[in-house]
This record gives sequence, C-alpha cells and structure tokens, in this order.
Amino acid sequence: MSNSAIYIEIKNGKIRKNVNEVVSIAKTSGSTIYGIIFANDIQGFKDQLKGFDKIINVKGEDLDFHPDLYSQTITEIISENNIEYFLGSYTFQAKEIFPRVAGKLTEASLINDCISYDFKSNTATKPVYSGKLLKEIEILNKIKLITFRPNVFPTEELEAGSPEMIEKAVSGVKRSRVLEVKKSESKSIDLMDAEIIVSGGRGMKEKENFKLLEDLAGLLNAGIGASRAAVDSEFATYNMQVGQTGKVVNPKLYIACGISGAIQHFVGMKTSKIIVAINKDSEAPIFKKADYGIVGDLFKIVPMLKEELEKVL
Amino acid sequence: MNVFVLIKQVPDTEAMLSVKDGNSIKEDNIKWIISPYDEYSLEEAIKLKEKESDVIVNVITLGPDRVESVLRSALAMGADNGIHIECSEDLDISARSRILAEAVKNESEPDIVFIGRQAIDDDSNQTHILVSEYLDLPVTTNITSFKYENGKVIVEREVEGGDIETIEMDTPCVVTASKALNTPRYASLMGIMKAKKIPLKKVSLSELGDISIEKKTNTKRLFAPPEKAPGRILEGEPEDMVKELVKILKDEAKVL
Repeated sequence: MSNSAIYIEIKNGKIRKNVNEVVSIAKTSGSTIYGIIFANDIQGFKDQLKGFDKIINVKGEDLDFHPDLYSQTITEIISENNIEYFLGSYTFQAKEIFPRVAGKLTEASLINDCISYDFKSNTATKPVYSGKLLKEIEILNKIKLITFRPNVFPTEELEAGSPEMIEKAVSGVKRSRVLEVKKSESKSIDLMDAEIIVSGGRGMKEKENFKLLEDLAGLLNAGIGASRAAVDSEFATYNMQVGQTGKVVNPKLYIACGISGAIQHFVGMKTSKIIVAINKDSEAPIFKKADYGIVGDLFKIVPMLKEELEKVL
Repeated sequence: MNVFVLIKQVPDTEAMLSVKDGNSIKEDNIKWIISPYDEYSLEEAIKLKEKESDVIVNVITLGPDRVESVLRSALAMGADNGIHIECSEDLDISARSRILAEAVKNESEPDIVFIGRQAIDDDSNQTHILVSEYLDLPVTTNITSFKYENGKVIVEREVEGGDIETIEMDTPCVVTASKALNTPRYASLMGIMKAKKIPLKKVSLSELGDISIEKKTNTKRLFAPPEKAPGRILEGEPEDMVKELVKILKDEAKVL
C-alpha cells in the first residue's frame, strides 16, 4: 500500500477548512494517509484532525511560516516515510511550499490547481490558459505532488479517529529575511475566502463610486473585486483584480457591476456558482455568461438591490 | 552586475483558443506576447540598469523559432542581450526549468534573476521556483516593489489577506514579479530600430551539456470545458427586476 501525505495548513489559529477537501480526495487512493502539521501545541487542533492514519507533528523554536523551513522539513518527511503522494489545497502557502519540494526531490513532479485526480491512472485535470481550456496530465514520476483548487471538491463526513502521532523537528535554513510586515488596512474580506463577491468594472466611472459596492458588500459580508479595466483606470487596486492576470475566484455568488465581461475577466470568476450581471449595455458579453442579468443603470440598481436585500436578510 | 530575465512567449490574454489534435492549441491567427508577469520582471530589470551603472540585462527564452519575437520586444524595451534556447520539442515543466537554469549558468554567474510569478498559458505556477532551486538560489515570489542596495535586494510582497511583507535577500538571488510591481514601458521607435540590429544569441540544447529532458509528466488531452447554459435576462421596471433577483437568489439559487 502506498503512503500519502497532506499538508495541514493553519490559518488564524484554525485548520483551514480546505484540508478536509483534500483528505476526502486522498481517501479515494486507498493509501495510508499522513497529515503534516507545524505546531508546537497540537492539543487545540486534535478534534479538527479528521481522516488521518498518522500525524507528523513538526515542532521547533520558530514555526512562523517560512517557505525555506517548511519546504526543507517536508522534503525530509517525504523521503523518510516513503511518501508517494504529497497533497494540499492550492493556497498561498502551498504555492510557496510545493514547487520548492518538487525542486529538492529528484524523483518528484508537481501539478498545481487540479480540479480532479485519478489515482489509478495518476492523471490530473487542471485548468490552463486561466480556464479557457482544461488539460489532462499523467504523472510518470515516482513521487507525485498535487495541489487542488479550493472550494471545488465536496467534503465527506470524516471521523476524528486516533491517528498515530510522530514528532519531527523543523529543519532548513532561511535564505530570505522578513524585515517588516505591514498589516492590511483594508477591512474587506479576502477574495480567495469570500463566499460572495461584489465586483466593479469600467462602468463604475470613478474610484469614489466603489463606495456603492462597499455598502452592498458590507451588507452581504462580501469581498470586493474589480475588472482589469477598473484597475487600469485606477478605480481599484491590483489586489482586487479578478481575471487571468489577477485572482481566480470561486464564490457562491458573484455580482458583476458595470463589467463588460472580457474573456480575461470571465476566466477569473467563471467557476462561481451563480453569476449576476448588472450593466446598462444590453449587448455586453457578460450577459451571455451570467446566470441572471439586469440591463440597467448600476447607479440606480445597486442601491435598490441593497435596499431590497436589507428587507430579506 | 549580471542580471537575467527569463521570459516566455504566450498567446495574448484576449485570444480565443481552440484545440488541435487533442493536445495542443491551434497557432494560426494567435497574437503572441511576452507573458505579462515576465514583462513586469523585464521592466524592473531595465529600471535597475537605468539606476546602476554596471548592469547588463540578459533576456533568455526557450522554444521554437517563433519565440524570437519576444526577445526582439525585450531588446526594444532596453535589454542588452537576447538569448534564444532553441527547442521545438514539447518539454515538461521540470525539463524546461532545468534548461533555463543551465542557460543562465552557461552565460555567467548571475547576480539577480527576474522571472514572472506565473506564465499565463500553462498556469503551472512552479517554473520560477524550480529554476531557483536548480540554481540553488534564494527566491522571493510575487513582489510588488524592488530595491537593490549594496549587494542586497529588498522587496515588498503581498501575502495572504493583503498584508505587505518587506523581505531582504543577499545576492545572488531570484525575484518573481507580480502585476503591482510596475507598468511596463512601450518600446520607442528608436528602440525598435536599434533592437533589430542586435544579433540574437542562439543556443542549442546540446551546448548546455547533459540535461535530462525525459518526460516526467505527459499531456494526455487538452480540451475546452463544457459551455455554461445561457442565463436569464430579467425584464420589467428596475424595481421589479431587483425584487425578482433577490427572490431568486434567496429562494431558488439559495446563495444568500
């Protein structure tokens, strides 16, 4: 039987919910499932560790996330435990860790951002060209590193169980030094985590008008996104950009306001469960892609929508 | 200072793509560009050259004859040397990354290597880090600002949740660009004319020594995702449409 290992990512003192998605996928492999967690005190996480056969608990003086330390430690764990599959959710941390591990191991290949994986044929499916096309890739290498797109996979009910606990000391040398961390001033919800996103395009006309979207987003507990046109016109900042050269998001609800729907934007949000478009141009391509469309002046519709939502929420 | 920029030629972001033979894209009528994140890298390298007196900007790309166009664009923007690693074979990512790392070493010991954080064609999001590993250099990804001072590189990068980290690395090192880094310049007419006269350096794979290019991953199929069924345009007065939308979102789609 083969061994799989899953990177258990901690965010704000909790195990990320996406870890359960990856455990559910790993269960289809029939392999022994290891979890790798970096924590000096694991007690608080024990009831969240579900579906694992073994837990490798990495400890050390400095466990603050640093790609050099995390990737070196995980590389050692993979070699020491004959891990054949190293799996994780395609998150900010995974984007740093997984390629480094792939580079350190001579017999490993990595496929990022997969939307399915078949353990029998070792074939991954992943979006390419920002999702304009899909690609099936077979991994021929001995060690397979795979990250999965978050929020795409259903999670099964997993049992807590009593996994065998193995301790491991953190290793590696930091080759970059963090001098300072400036906390974000924006109180808006992280687009990658948001269940609802309200997004504005060139039709917002000016920066100040994003206030309209902020009001709506505040009510819906939503993140605020923008199209490339809005960012290039400096109505919004780059960290808000959704699209091929911005963030690829998949919320439950995406409300596009004054966005024409260029392909480069669409590919960044097309996996949203429901897309709503508000645009005054009935010919805008966004209406061909939206689940529901309102042709009208967003400066009238958006405040009305907020008012109507206030009644029902 | 030896500065390297690794760039990739990709289809324009607005390109409509279709599949040929089930595993590649149709190349006719495609407008090719420098992958946007690579272009931010290139701009930053040229800015560094303008600031410091001893910087040589070497641009490397890998691929068939058509990729020459991105080297010409890079030279027109102000790069010094264009190096074309000739290869028309379809290689996997680890082979490409090994070749790029060897191509850098083949020129000279690098001081700073600039790469885009991700190419917008295969979206594999690992070449930049694999090259760094193969060069055995430290790397900071996704940078939004860049400064060079006395053998050190100081960069800012956006991390999860919008926080900004300031990071310091000793050279030699690798930095990989995010969009927020800069706005790439347009090449001047004079730059374009001048670039035409600079000979490109052609390097064959065999000149780079014994690199294993055996495939460790294999593309089985490339295909278009299923089309989404067309949606519904609501009708009526604005008030009615908004009321209907809220009802749908709450009761039918259940996304509120």
